[in-house]
Amino acid sequence: MLSVTVKKRRGSFALDASFELPTPGVVALFGRSGCGKSTLVNVIAGLLDADAGRVALDDTVLLDTERRIDVPPERRRIGYVFQDARLFPHLSVAANLKYGERRAPARRYVSLDGVASLLGLGSLMDRRTHELSGGERQRVAIGRALLSQPRLLLLDEPLASLDAARREEVLPYLETLRDQLAIPMVYVSHNFDEVLRLATYVVLMGSGKTMAQGGVGDMSLNAGLRSIVGADAVGATIDGRVLGMDASSGLMRVQVGHGELKLQAANITVGAKLRVQLLARDLIVATQAPQHLSVRNILAGVVTTVTSDDAESDLVAIDIGGTLIMARVTKAATRELALAAGLPVWALVKSVSLRSHSFTAPPAISIASRDA
Amino acid sequence: MWLSSSEGEALSLSLSVAARSVVLSLPLAILLAWVLTRRRFLGHSLLDAFVHLPLVLPPVVVGYLLLLLFGTRGPIGSWLERVLGVELIFTRNGAALATAVMSFPLMVRAMRISLENVDRGLEEAARTLGAGAIDRFATITLPLMLPGILAGAITAFSAALGEFGAVITFVSNIPGETRTLPLALYTALQTPGGDTAAARLACISLALGLGGLLLSEWFARRVRLLLGR
Repeated sequence: MLSVTVKKRRGSFALDASFELPTPGVVALFGRSGCGKSTLVNVIAGLLDADAGRVALDDTVLLDTERRIDVPPERRRIGYVFQDARLFPHLSVAANLKYGERRAPARRYVSLDGVASLLGLGSLMDRRTHELSGGERQRVAIGRALLSQPRLLLLDEPLASLDAARREEVLPYLETLRDQLAIPMVYVSHNFDEVLRLATYVVLMGSGKTMAQGGVGDMSLNAGLRSIVGADAVGATIDGRVLGMDASSGLMRVQVGHGELKLQAANITVGAKLRVQLLARDLIVATQAPQHLSVRNILAGVVTTVTSDDAESDLVAIDIGGTLIMARVTKAATRELALAAGLPVWALVKSVSLRSHSFTAPPAISIASRDA
Repeated sequence: MWLSSSEGEALSLSLSVAARSVVLSLPLAILLAWVLTRRRFLGHSLLDAFVHLPLVLPPVVVGYLLLLLFGTRGPIGSWLERVLGVELIFTRNGAALATAVMSFPLMVRAMRISLENVDRGLEEAARTLGAGAIDRFATITLPLMLPGILAGAITAFSAALGEFGAVITFVSNIPGETRTLPLALYTALQTPGGDTAAARLACISLALGLGGLLLSEWFARRVRLLLGR
């Protein structure tokens, strides 16, 4: 368990944040630029002082202003991957990687070879840092942080300075990290796609405050999200389970709630966890069981709430068996179909508009607790 | 060899004095460059001005102040002689001290410029990787300010070869002990028929100065290339 409470004033900006991450896991600090995410991460690392606060990882207290505990950053054993990588320019890639390892405690959980193969660094070892591409630099920075054998890994927008192609090059490595090492991570981002792919837990931040926090599914339906990602990106994110391949269509069958979705996905094993995003704008709502349609996915459910989204449209939340999804419909449709809580409905979505990310649950044993 | 023995002596003495002066001032200059760049404290401007004072004072005044402080009856000079047995007046070590004081601002200046260019984010990164203050300074800050240290040392060495006023005031003009190149040149000019000797000595000074500046530039370029900047 990582628990963080921080208060800090900086001129007119006030940070007042608090969250708890069940470990192991990846918590995404998500919010617009300038909302205090980086400040919060710097306080956790110890690089910035807090006016008041407490940072604790399992039983280890790293900061407690009331009890006057403030472990200096060099002894916190928190790995930090900066947005600009911050590789040491006078050292080779290998020497950069070994910098933290040499100063780490005797008990190690990752080796240089292990990190090199995990992050694909083998061929880069003898290079000088200025010869690396942006994506390579970030991979080396991640490896360097890991080799310092941290109890917690902080990643402050590690992909923000990369173009889309480089980002795609690094993201799979971060997914591997999450699935293979049980190290707790705090991932700062203002890109919701990254959050959907990586996070197990989300903290929504706005103007210095933690507005809401919870699992990715809950947070994807949070009203506060709309102000950050925009109306078009609102929608449910569901962790479904792969049932198998549908022989006739070649689509993957995924169980969500009581229903089933068919979508395009490759190389997924049966039983694996698949995170599916159903955007509210892509969903169609019917009040009778639909027939004779090309749509592959029809989910039966019950309306739980209808809330006004803007002048023309409403957001309809539908329970499909313990799982909520959300559809955007016009106010005219709400009136004509008499959509209201308790009404049985069918939600329709085209397979081609579904997006999914493979997701393996992290190993049950936390490295941090094993090490402590 | 087309140099007379006394001229050769002046050249080797100059090199010896300049080398001593650089070795003497290097650690202190690094410390002061770091303090002046990285620390803010009461009296910061005063210390800064004090370090730069030799640039604007007449060298004779510096020599005179050194006499007051480091002379046999001066507070520091008498202590040095009594406790360590080090004599500065009329010795090459005294000449080295005078040149060190005079070239000190040049050295500190070069180091400060390169220290200001060291990204503090790199030191923060080293910190999160477990490096304490001294460790960080030795493994990150110092190597990254190396171009400035080298440039400062070479500039100070070249300037030390040519220091005249402070040296002659503090340790006089003794052949074989304190008569460095500029003092030998001055003496040659005062001697009837010494014109050609003076010209030769001037040429040597010119070559040494130019060589020093070129070497410093070459070093700086090499290091920049190595760091990929």
